[in-house]
Amino acid sequence: MKVETSRLKVQGYSIAVIAVALLSLFPQNSYAMHISEGILPFNWAAFWFLVAAPFVTYGLYKLKKVSKIDLSFKPLVGLMAAVVFIISCMPIPVPTAGTCSHPCGTGISGILVGPAISILITAVALLIQALFLAHGGLSTWGADIVSMGVMGSCAGFLTFKALRSIKINMAVSGFMAGLFADWATYLTTSVELASGIRGDSPFMPLFWKILIAFIPTQLPLGILEGAMTAGMIVLLYKKRPDLLVKMRVLKPEEAL
Amino acid sequence: MKFQISNFKFQIFLILFLLFTVHCSLVAAAEWSGVDESVIEKYAKEHGREVKEPVINTDQGDLLLFVFLIAGTVGGFAAGYYWRTLTEQRAKNADVIKKNI
Repeated sequence: MKVETSRLKVQGYSIAVIAVALLSLFPQNSYAMHISEGILPFNWAAFWFLVAAPFVTYGLYKLKKVSKIDLSFKPLVGLMAAVVFIISCMPIPVPTAGTCSHPCGTGISGILVGPAISILITAVALLIQALFLAHGGLSTWGADIVSMGVMGSCAGFLTFKALRSIKINMAVSGFMAGLFADWATYLTTSVELASGIRGDSPFMPLFWKILIAFIPTQLPLGILEGAMTAGMIVLLYKKRPDLLVKMRVLKPEEAL
Repeated sequence: MKFQISNFKFQIFLILFLLFTVHCSLVAAAEWSGVDESVIEKYAKEHGREVKEPVINTDQGDLLLFVFLIAGTVGGFAAGYYWRTLTEQRAKNADVIKKNI
């Protein structure tokens, strides 16, 4: 009898936890990554510009250096720039949230061309979007570079490298890299938004509010981005294994 | 015991179904708007931040649609062009990698 009661209690708690989790996962609205023009106050916008500047400068230096050594590197950078640009302005409807949002594409570019050049690519894509597509803003460009470029590229690159170093399958590593690149981007955007718009309000409650609002949209989109990243890595492995070796994504013996 | 487990599963299924139904009715009125525009503006307003017009405001009627179409075309063309360039190099580089090993 006692066992039966405790089992029922466990069932009750489990159902309650599931219900609360699902309710919190299904708010009506959520955020997307690009922060619109004028959202951040001047001091915060300037701060994020200062954070982004060294990364973009290093990306430019790295691109010049690598392009001098190997001319065939340029088509890959061009491809990645097009991919990041298209993916990051492609609204995808998310039925679980009733809204549209977009993946980032920085996971795949971080893996293939390295985080430094990926940050540069993202900066250019974001600038074009802010200038001509009313997507993001010029004053918030720095913040958008940090969240999508710096955090997205680094998270994708590091996740992929870490998983490959422990001999995890390439498709799985690619999937996880895309997933974490997406989630890291939106985590950083939550920090940027919460710190920028909070005024005198405490930071943490607003941060959690924004982060939870992201979940219904970015949970499925992160999975989609992971699948896209894995797909592209596998496709390049089949089509151009030599390129993956050159970019140090693969070891020469793995390319055979 | 078997009955209890299936009963538990049924309870979870019922809760999921109810939540999904409620959720669908809540989002039915949503217009599938871009969350970076509608929601950020709303939250920003709550905290005293107004969204400013973009420097080049293409968000005017179908103009934005046209600009997106151009961007998609140019981006798609660039992606296809560079992909072809990369895959054409395969034959040239296939021997190089074999020599390096």
